[in-house]
Amino acid sequence: MNVATTHLSHAEGHAHPTDDEPILEMQFDDLEQQHNSSMIGMWLFLATEVLFFGGLITAYVIYRSTSPREFELASGHMAVWLGFWNTVILLSSSWTMAMAVRSAQLRQHRELVMYLALTMAFGAGFLGVKAVEYSTEFHEHLFPGPHFQVHEKDLPTIEDEHLSAGRYQMFFVLYFFMTGLHAIHLIIGIGLVGIMAYLSYYRWFSGGGATQIEVTGLYWHFIDIVWVFLYPMLYLINVHS
Amino acid sequence: MTHHVMPVRINNAVFVALLVLLLMTVGAAELPLGVWHVPIAMTIATIKAVLIVLFFMHLLHSHRLMMIVSVASFFWLAIMVLITMDDYLSRGMLEIPGK
Repeated sequence: MNVATTHLSHAEGHAHPTDDEPILEMQFDDLEQQHNSSMIGMWLFLATEVLFFGGLITAYVIYRSTSPREFELASGHMAVWLGFWNTVILLSSSWTMAMAVRSAQLRQHRELVMYLALTMAFGAGFLGVKAVEYSTEFHEHLFPGPHFQVHEKDLPTIEDEHLSAGRYQMFFVLYFFMTGLHAIHLIIGIGLVGIMAYLSYYRWFSGGGATQIEVTGLYWHFIDIVWVFLYPMLYLINVHS
Repeated sequence: MTHHVMPVRINNAVFVALLVLLLMTVGAAELPLGVWHVPIAMTIATIKAVLIVLFFMHLLHSHRLMMIVSVASFFWLAIMVLITMDDYLSRGMLEIPGK
């Protein structure tokens, strides 16, 4: 595509609604470079996000390796099957997001908006299930802080085996921090996908929004990957005993 | 501009593979595997993450730079966890006079 004509047609308002070629901004050599610049920006951001969650993961590894029994006992209070269905919901949202990226690339406008809306719905569903879990845990005094109580079921074991109630509580500190940070990311993700759905609906993007939707998709899939690791780390420690 | 468009069939296959791996990780947690629980669960999670990164995040068909950044991020995470654990696990291994 010729750079000059792109800018000309855009500047003069001749850009036809069905003209779905992306607009080349002046600082880029070509559309490929423009696309890759957006992509590398998101990938670099995600690399910092890996380290953001990495701090918590490192803390988790230290505490679990030094207090394995306490973590086993505490993890016994996780709602394994709610976590399972939440994983299914989040994996489904990743599928709809992947389909949204595909629809944007193929300029399938209606499908794009539909898949983005579905992605948001799955994300909201995940948060709903998480809220149910949190409320149960609050109710059972498992939220760390002044009202925290070691679950009565675990009290004899902790006394018999001389385990640390502090390390038992530490599991819940990490659980609420990690899933809470994940939930914050998901809330931001739902907001982002919502903005993308709104702008796509009104055909605000040039090039069908393919680059913008793909970059949003990278962020969404990252949230899914975080959960893929959190689920076995927090929920599946103590299933079989 | 040439973009690789992921076929629906591949998206579906990856989704089904992710669900199967999820069932496997729950199944493995139910088995009496002893010390192998953590390595197996983390291996399955890593396979799921790689599937998502390669196909859903299009890393397979992206510019090589994206591959470098994504691999680097996990490499940095490994540095953080491994060197920290190196300290924690080796404490008290040596008799240090005056400690």
